[in-house]
Amino acid sequence: MNLRRLLAMALKEALQIWRDPRSLAVALLMPLMQMAILGYGVSLDIKHVPLCIYDQENSQASRAVVERFVSSGWFSVGHVITRYSGIRRAMDRSECIAAIVIPANFSRTLAATGSAPVQAIFDATDVNTTNIALGYAQGVVAQENADISTQWDMSHDVQPSQAGQIELDPSVWFNETLDSRYFIIPGVVAVILALVGAQLTSLTISREWERGTMEQLISTPISALEVMLGKLIPYFAIGLVDAAFCLGVTIFWFGVPFRGDVATLFVTTALFNIVVLGIGYLISVRIRSQLGASQIALMVTMLPTTLLSGYTFPIDQMPAPIRALTYIVYPRYYVTILRAIFLKGSGLADLWGPVLGLCLYAAAIIWLASRAFRKQL
Amino acid sequence: MAGPGEAAIRVQGLSKSFGPVRAVRAIGFDVSPGEIFGLVGPDGAGKTTTMRMLAAVLQPDAGEIVIDGVNVAAEPERAKLHLSYMPQRFGLYEDLTVSENIFFYAELFGVSRNDRMTRSQQLLGAAGLLPFRRRLAGQLSGGMKQKLGLVCALIHTPKVLLLDEPTTGVDPVSRRDFWAILYDLRESGVTIVLSTAYMDEAERCSRLALLHGGAIRYCDTPSRLKVSMPGALLAIPATDPRGVRDALTGKPGVLGILLMGDRVHVRVDDAARRIPELQRLLAERGITEASVEPTEPGIEDVFVALLGQGSGP
Repeated sequence: MNLRRLLAMALKEALQIWRDPRSLAVALLMPLMQMAILGYGVSLDIKHVPLCIYDQENSQASRAVVERFVSSGWFSVGHVITRYSGIRRAMDRSECIAAIVIPANFSRTLAATGSAPVQAIFDATDVNTTNIALGYAQGVVAQENADISTQWDMSHDVQPSQAGQIELDPSVWFNETLDSRYFIIPGVVAVILALVGAQLTSLTISREWERGTMEQLISTPISALEVMLGKLIPYFAIGLVDAAFCLGVTIFWFGVPFRGDVATLFVTTALFNIVVLGIGYLISVRIRSQLGASQIALMVTMLPTTLLSGYTFPIDQMPAPIRALTYIVYPRYYVTILRAIFLKGSGLADLWGPVLGLCLYAAAIIWLASRAFRKQL
Repeated sequence: MAGPGEAAIRVQGLSKSFGPVRAVRAIGFDVSPGEIFGLVGPDGAGKTTTMRMLAAVLQPDAGEIVIDGVNVAAEPERAKLHLSYMPQRFGLYEDLTVSENIFFYAELFGVSRNDRMTRSQQLLGAAGLLPFRRRLAGQLSGGMKQKLGLVCALIHTPKVLLLDEPTTGVDPVSRRDFWAILYDLRESGVTIVLSTAYMDEAERCSRLALLHGGAIRYCDTPSRLKVSMPGALLAIPATDPRGVRDALTGKPGVLGILLMGDRVHVRVDDAARRIPELQRLLAERGITEASVEPTEPGIEDVFVALLGQGSGP
């Protein structure tokens, strides 16, 4: 390996990127846009669930239940319904996804027995949202129950009952406010770096073929390894700049707490970059047109990264065969690492599993990529 | 190293097929140090394929190429150290400037900074490119691009220079600059192999290989090739060359007719006997007072005569 040839290649490639508006846009604008779209657009938190109330009794007690739902902040009470069929119609029109029915004998039953049923109806076409809304509703009802049972005990002049008063005491670690953004945005960074990096390097060899510069290049003594490393160096720098940018936005704009150390973040990010760039380069060596290479790169990175990296869909909940498949989806390691660094403050030693995964991946990709390019027409 | 009297390039039994197409069929030739060796032939004759194999960018199916004592198939990377290849299609970076392209190729061949400075100054001067050093290569004219290609190919002082149709689409002034540089190179002992479709250019080579259908039909110096042309050549200046051609086609003793712009070249078996006959045939067609004179064949005449081809309609 000759350092002079390698550096000449790196310098040439950097100049070309600098002068190519398309490459620059992909390198610098795409992360910005994706960060905005995915950072703001993807949130698993559901606030203001549209709710309908069918209060058959309209008593003080029933209005207290309704008030409890309103003041929780999770629901926004829209329609007041006066018939069962009204619920169905409101759901059909997507005016609500949840409805609460308070029966006509609510306060009487409550006064007599200390408990009374309230019906909750959910539009479960969106299962995910429904589950979350259901959780909210249970929380609201649990609070109401606690109040009611206390009142009931007092009015019946008995000692507060020990049984039946289950206080929900949720204990949430690492993401105390249960803000799904803290969980998702580090994942978004991994997705962006995976997409942008592969896009950039997927063009690098195919561009030489397409523009007819390859024939002259391979007639020189430059080695395949020098071509590869020379071409990847400027993209590696761009990848780190993009990473710094995305991670900066994550911390300073979206306010995701950063509890780890910068060194761990840097090492793992660099490692991930090597894998991502190597994959784009491999594609570029195989596909001799820029358009084809960039399409393949998009296909190879986009679907597995968004679906199987665990950045939105939890890997633990996937069926076993799919879960096994995620081990070859390299962003999953980086998603895991980023979340752990951000929210748990994990160091390299804690993260040895996914870091080892990335190392193996990087070694395999570099080995393949260094052998893939042949100096032949 | 090629010793004295040893060939700079030795090619034996070189073959290459692309699927069913046999692009190059067992060709062989030797090129001596300091020669300008021309590969001449129509499109599809196998010129580019041959050049690519010489440049070690295309693996031959069979045969052997030895350049400057190095077996190209066995040690392509070692051969490349002393080779320079200019592909037919412009192979430099259009989004880099003239100087940046030169720098890049100088670095790839390990040229020292001082050598690069003096050589690029000298070569750019000879190519008339000095004022354009900061211009992007993509914004140069066709001729300037080719000259820049040559400058980049020569920045490391190669022993063997391979040029695939280097002056196609190049204006006459740039071609003159181009050839001036090639002659200088020959003086300094560089061996040059070039392919060309231009006959005037072929004439400037020290030796020529006439390539047709992937095989070398004739290989000799331009003057000996001319002597080997069967028959004698007559020139007929004409205002209506096609009329002359139509009048003489297929007549006894006429071996070939070639339109050369404002005159017609007619190859005949016996000049002394056929001149009066041709004049009579032309007069019958109303072309009177046509001068029919013997002339020296150009390489195009030889080429067409040897390969038995017409020049088309």
